[in-house]
Amino acid sequence: MSADPLSEVFSALADPTRRDMVARLAVADATVNELAEPYDLTVQAVSKHLRVLEDAGLVSRTRDAQRRPAHLEAEVFDLMTKWIERYRREAEERYRRLDELLAQMPDQPVGPNKPENKGKKK
Amino acid sequence: MTMTKHQTEIILDPDVPLVRIIREFDAPPEKVFRAHTDSDLVTKWLGPRGTEMKIDSWDCRDGGSYRYVHTIDEEEYRFRGSFHEVRPNELIVQTFSYEGFPDSVSLEKLMLEDIGKGRTRLTAISLVDSFEGRDAFVASGMEQGIKEGYERLDEVLAE
Repeated sequence: MSADPLSEVFSALADPTRRDMVARLAVADATVNELAEPYDLTVQAVSKHLRVLEDAGLVSRTRDAQRRPAHLEAEVFDLMTKWIERYRREAEERYRRLDELLAQMPDQPVGPNKPENKGKKK
Repeated sequence: MTMTKHQTEIILDPDVPLVRIIREFDAPPEKVFRAHTDSDLVTKWLGPRGTEMKIDSWDCRDGGSYRYVHTIDEEEYRFRGSFHEVRPNELIVQTFSYEGFPDSVSLEKLMLEDIGKGRTRLTAISLVDSFEGRDAFVASGMEQGIKEGYERLDEVLAE
């Protein structure tokens, strides 16, 4: 049974090293060795991270047997980013309404330390 | 009114099916808490725009429960849950479910932190029982966003 593709993308990007790899691949294609350079990780470990990104459909690798540079599938990446951004915007919109409400609320409820579930002042 | 920018931050946890929302407010924890617990205030901001929020029941205390309806284009969506822990100005632990999918329940934890100068950092955690469930939940925002119209969102965001 294959996992939900969306979940795979999300979890592939949940790892900070893989997020960083994706950010670098957004600039240019790179081989495993090139990708491994800045990290304190073995090439094998980086290769493993790359495979997770590949399985999620975020990265593809050309057939060039020697180099096999990794390439970021920007469309998949954008789609996922949009999903999260939409969700974030909804939360932001909700909280902007809360900002407005908070600005209108009186500083103190009537009486000190009013129990919360009592007294609807109106 | 000056609109300060406090962008909402969304974090999808890699290890557990959890969404974390972080947001700061220009108001002390006492007020932010009240806006979450007083039903008259909750209805003013919680529902998506263009929806009418009506409270069926609201008993915001340890062991209490709640139920409310969002009406969108004459379609009714009911939500309910239990309040497990309500600690003034600090913490609300509650469950949340959409009555259309009663088997799916999320556990919600709202934490308020006084960050000085009359400001508050809110951290809200939603935990569900599968990554698929969480991610569908996050992705569903897109569909709804389209329904509500991006222009309106952009208007608000441009302010």
